Amino acid sequence: MLSAVIEVAVGNLRLEVDLEVDEGEVVALLGPNGAGKTTALRAIAGLRPIDDGRIELDGCVLDHPATATFVATSRRPIGVVFQDYLLFPRLSALDNVAFGLRARGRPRADARAEAQRWLDRLGLADVAGARPRSLSGGQAQRVALARALATDPRLLLLDEPLAALDAGTRLWVRTELRRHLATFDGARLLVTHDPVDALVLADRLVILEDGRITQTGVPAEVTARPASRYAAQLVGINLLHGVAAGERTVRLGTGTELTVADPLPGPEVAIALRPQAIALHRHRPDGSPRNSWAATVSEVEADRDRVRVTLAGPVPATAEITPAAVAELDLVAGTPVWASVKAVDLTTYQR
Amino acid sequence: MKPRVGQRRRPRSARAPWLIGPLAALAVAYIAVPFVALLQRAPWTNLGEAVRQPVVTDALRLSLVTAFAATGFSLLVGIPLAWVLARTRFPGRSATRALITLPMVLPPVVGGAALLFAFGRQGMLGGPVATATGFLLPFSVWGVVAANTFVAMPFLVVTVEAGLRAADARYEDAAATLGASRGMIFWRVTVPHAAPSIIAGAVLCWARALGEFGATVTFAGNLQGRTQTMPLAVFLALETDREAAIALSLVLIAVSLAVLLPLRDRWLGT
Repeated sequence: MLSAVIEVAVGNLRLEVDLEVDEGEVVALLGPNGAGKTTALRAIAGLRPIDDGRIELDGCVLDHPATATFVATSRRPIGVVFQDYLLFPRLSALDNVAFGLRARGRPRADARAEAQRWLDRLGLADVAGARPRSLSGGQAQRVALARALATDPRLLLLDEPLAALDAGTRLWVRTELRRHLATFDGARLLVTHDPVDALVLADRLVILEDGRITQTGVPAEVTARPASRYAAQLVGINLLHGVAAGERTVRLGTGTELTVADPLPGPEVAIALRPQAIALHRHRPDGSPRNSWAATVSEVEADRDRVRVTLAGPVPATAEITPAAVAELDLVAGTPVWASVKAVDLTTYQR
Repeated sequence: MKPRVGQRRRPRSARAPWLIGPLAALAVAYIAVPFVALLQRAPWTNLGEAVRQPVVTDALRLSLVTAFAATGFSLLVGIPLAWVLARTRFPGRSATRALITLPMVLPPVVGGAALLFAFGRQGMLGGPVATATGFLLPFSVWGVVAANTFVAMPFLVVTVEAGLRAADARYEDAAATLGASRGMIFWRVTVPHAAPSIIAGAVLCWARALGEFGATVTFAGNLQGRTQTMPLAVFLALETDREAAIALSLVLIAVSLAVLLPLRDRWLGT
């Protein structure tokens, strides 16, 4: 499917990556800001010719400096959803989606009818006539997705598709995006700096740091054996599996039930929980957090100015708290504690 | 003291430092007084008759036609030039930009003289063309358009180039990923995004062409009905017929305002 060996220098950064994305696969290129993620994506789209290497899609060589082969961006069967979407501000949502079809010479009426079908499919029938400025972040993202998919690409590239959204809408749009991505059967490559986006959306992670790939594998592999400091931070994301036990209730394998903020996406769900979101207490907390459980500290590990506390009990998870809190709670291995987490800090997605 | 929370504070304009106010007032007066003087001398009673004189109508028609023609020609070649300067890198780009802005700072008479040496009867290009076809650019309507374009086009190029530089080129990338050809990207994405600067540039170009005097009189002469534009007619009439000069001036002011006022929101900011 996509096979890309990319060598390119941008400013001080020298990008050298070897990427493969199979048909039907969602790969997340995950890395800190400035790692070269967007540059890699631009190279694949043909917006930045590579200095050396070879990019091949479906057996077609798109960029190969050694043989002076370069297929122009407009001739590559690649759809791109850009960061902040880049919808043409003077065109309606419908005409944005029809743009790519018009570019391929489809008659106007035909292109618009096809674009309308794409908007319908993505639940955007109501906003067909709206200008991008009046769309919400989630709507704009779906219009951008429809625009990219309407040209029937073999590869879909998404550059930080959720970065432009505020935290509130992000949760829901992420779940929606996952559903829509599942309907596309080509290869999908997602660029993100947010581990939760990567874990929710991707089948496989490729971790990029400072222009080099430091690790690649399915999420469980990467989180189980992080190869770098950056990847180690991803380990911190607690992944819990459970089944629906109510509209907003998940029952974990241990029998413990957790309440989440939004309706569950399906009968079997996974929950991403950031270690920073877990609060630890000496006594059973009362008040707002609806999710609390008794746990036992199994390990305390200092990491610079934070302390990672591994908890055994009904919710196996790692919490990250300040050294001051550790001292105050007098935490050592074996200490019984109460842990709590707010419903809004539990990100659920379909398993 | 009552708490100030919730009180509506009146938006207060800044207080001018010492001397700033009077100097600003002086600037306004300096621009306003000549207009007042002109209006005060206007022959209001027989103004209608004055503006219907052939010398006025001929000059007005010629000025409008040549100013629009020069603007049209400037748009045709100036937008592509602005694009090349804004979006490509080539050796000599800075020199090209310096060259294209030269007519903005050059005395127009010098421009007219240069045009004469290039396109005149004995000119570098004009000579061979005249020998071969008999066509002569100077002292014709085309000569007026040529002089106007030479002087006014740089205003368009500079404005549009700035507009293209300020525009987000990533929209062009997005269009390319959707399969748009270079031509489609230019017409459907680049030009619409640069539209405000193109309009502003065209207005500046047109206004400069309408007021052109030095290069026109040098290169195209001063023949009524053929090359005598409004500014030339005003200058000539001042010597012979003051009332006609004032009438011509009023017409020029009216025409300028008629073009500028509808565009002031886009061009002047507020």
